[in-house]
Amino acid sequence: MAVPTELRALADRVAPVALARDRGLPVVEALQPLVPDAVLTRGSVVGVTGGLGATSLALALAVGASRAGSWTVVVGLPELGLAAAAEMGVVLDRLALVALPPHDPATWAPVLAALVGAVDMVVVDGRLRLRVGEIRRLAARARERGSVLVPVVPGPDVARSPQHPTVGEWTTDLTFSATDARWEGLADGHGYLRRRRVTVVAEGRGRAARARRADLWLPTAGGGVAPAAPASAVAAAAVPGGRGERDTDDVLEAAVARTERFLRSVPAGAQVS
Amino acid sequence: MTAVRTLVLWCPHWPVVAAGAAPTEPAVVVWANRVVAATPAARAEGVGAGQRRREAQGRCPAVVVHEHDEARDVRAFAAVAAALERYTPRIELSRAGTAAFPTRGPSRYFGGDTALAAAVWATVDDVMEEWGWAGTAGVGVADGPFPAALAAQAAASGMEAASGMEVVEPGGSPSFLAPLPVGTLDRPDLADVLVRLGLRTLGAFGALDAADVVARFGADGRTAHRLARGLDERPPATSPPPRHLVVAADLDPPAERVDVAAFVAKGLADELHARLDADGLSCRRVVVTVETEQGEVHERVWRHEGALGPGAVADRVRWQLDGWLNGPTARRPTGGVVRLVISPDEVTAATGRQLGFWGGESEATERARRGLARVQGLLGPDAVTVPEPRGGRGPADQVGRVPAAAVDVGEPRSAPVGAAAPWPGRVPAPAPAVVPTAPAPVEVRDVEGRVVTVDGRGAMSAPPADIVLAGRDVGAVQAWAGPWPAEERWWDPEARRRRARLQLQLTDGRAVLVFVEGGRWWLEAVYD
Repeated sequence: MAVPTELRALADRVAPVALARDRGLPVVEALQPLVPDAVLTRGSVVGVTGGLGATSLALALAVGASRAGSWTVVVGLPELGLAAAAEMGVVLDRLALVALPPHDPATWAPVLAALVGAVDMVVVDGRLRLRVGEIRRLAARARERGSVLVPVVPGPDVARSPQHPTVGEWTTDLTFSATDARWEGLADGHGYLRRRRVTVVAEGRGRAARARRADLWLPTAGGGVAPAAPASAVAAAAVPGGRGERDTDDVLEAAVARTERFLRSVPAGAQVS
Repeated sequence: MTAVRTLVLWCPHWPVVAAGAAPTEPAVVVWANRVVAATPAARAEGVGAGQRRREAQGRCPAVVVHEHDEARDVRAFAAVAAALERYTPRIELSRAGTAAFPTRGPSRYFGGDTALAAAVWATVDDVMEEWGWAGTAGVGVADGPFPAALAAQAAASGMEAASGMEVVEPGGSPSFLAPLPVGTLDRPDLADVLVRLGLRTLGAFGALDAADVVARFGADGRTAHRLARGLDERPPATSPPPRHLVVAADLDPPAERVDVAAFVAKGLADELHARLDADGLSCRRVVVTVETEQGEVHERVWRHEGALGPGAVADRVRWQLDGWLNGPTARRPTGGVVRLVISPDEVTAATGRQLGFWGGESEATERARRGLARVQGLLGPDAVTVPEPRGGRGPADQVGRVPAAAVDVGEPRSAPVGAAAPWPGRVPAPAPAVVPTAPAPVEVRDVEGRVVTVDGRGAMSAPPADIVLAGRDVGAVQAWAGPWPAEERWWDPEARRRRARLQLQLTDGRAVLVFVEGGRWWLEAVYD
């Protein structure tokens, strides 16, 4: 798995970059069906929300640009799991985290303004209470400098009108939301959280007005992101010899099943030593 | 053919001089977290160029830290350059703190190289004394700028500081250079290889056959080899640059402010580069001429080790204007700038110099570094952290955070050995996306509402059914796994910890990682 991914990244890098670079930041293959032109438009505000999986989704959005050489700065999300970021594919050498002083909101907007333009992707806690004017100025600055601002609202989102998709107070050009999250791998007392199927919906303004949706493994068994067949098609698609990802999962599934059979064969209360 | 006889003036640790520090005060100038220059007082405490800011502060807690500002350096150096103008109109600046000019004319006028060097040193020392840095400058004269610069450095750091000058006899450059270490070539990678080959001095390196050096080290190696033998960097140019490369702009109305003229200069620099590019040339030295409406002319030669890009040329024009328009009153021009001329003085075929094979990547890092430095300035140095893989069992242990001020931001950091170790008992991938900075106390209860316990052998009292956070029921457990015991650092009574982890999947689709330690439950992470 690793080698083709790296080769593809290398091919992307050595390809003539003039057009693609001016146009937008690349996203990983699994997310490409969700965005117009398969790139994040430079200078746009891309929100991430949803009851579950918003943090993973924000990380997945940063991966494509990060692999292609862009920097990502995460502002005001002190709880971000860095091991998850690494597994998702964010290049740690080009990731920085900024802790905002909670009692000094006056510094928040200047900090964000300093980062917009300096790095290609600024992921920011969408729950920060910024003034509307500050938000508008930041968005204008991002548009001018070509950075992508990603406000993230983990947890349930309130006040979302379909005309102007908002994340917190942000007016976004494109909003991703993860719904219908279902974990696999955990059972009653055994197994482990292996992967999660989510349905991601992306909708926004202009060319992105039509909502697009995709079923994803977010995270996959290795912590990455990959397209998943729609839930109804899973049973039909469970044929060995599919994608590499599924192969691995099949092996795991078989192992779990064997363990389950073994555990059932042991009489209750017996001491396993 | 030997090189042009050159006088080089070297003012050591110029950035700290320009920052306004006194030699007796411990002070450093830092750029991108690295010490660029330090005062003698700081050096006495063990602070040196190349150290990290923290390291310098650790060695000398009283040290005053100044941020590096190239424009400030050049502005301050304008006074020194102006003082040199009484000897020759054509002064070449490569970086602030170093000035050079060919000695042929001035030397004849002042009665020989030694007399000229002494006069220059006295003039510069007067200027330096105003800043309180008397007796620190060095003047060197030799065949070519490279040996002259080394002579100036030797003179400045020499024991007989009273003279502060060193004159290498004509033709004596090779023997002057021979005993010096290869590190003086200012090419660390090359010097590293040479030392490992047993070539420790410039003399030993220079004794190699030029063809062999080119075969092994390429074009840059050849340049270094020429320098080591006391020749000029490259064979002297045989023809002057074509006239059509000179770019000029007339300003109407005259520019009274630096930024107005600098804006015009940026356009000129772009035009110059377009013309150079069209001819496949790059330029290492430019002459910037500024003329005012009163007919005053100010001319400077700017030199750069690599090729000068349009931004770099525009910067230099701005520095020059800044130094002139805001400089000492006696030399300040009386009218606005009416004409700007940039002429490339030394052009070479644009080959060999290539930075950052992957294109804009290094530039992106440089931008990010500046942005993060700005944030550090706003919030304090500890507000910006960068991830560092460490290895460990828990989700918070596997990748740690270190202050960006303690590492080289943007340099690839090698993971420590432990990061790739197997870590038996670690929580399996995928890792949780939300890891609270400190575990939050929770209660894990069974169906009857009692707190679940895990005994010393890793057996649970009952399956978990409910999780309660801060007295509020968070959700019912749909599926769970564990307990996974982890006993860490049992050999250390202070740091030992013994915990058992549980993965819980709640009925609303959320999944969390909790652990029990000493009979109490904690929320360690959320799989968001």
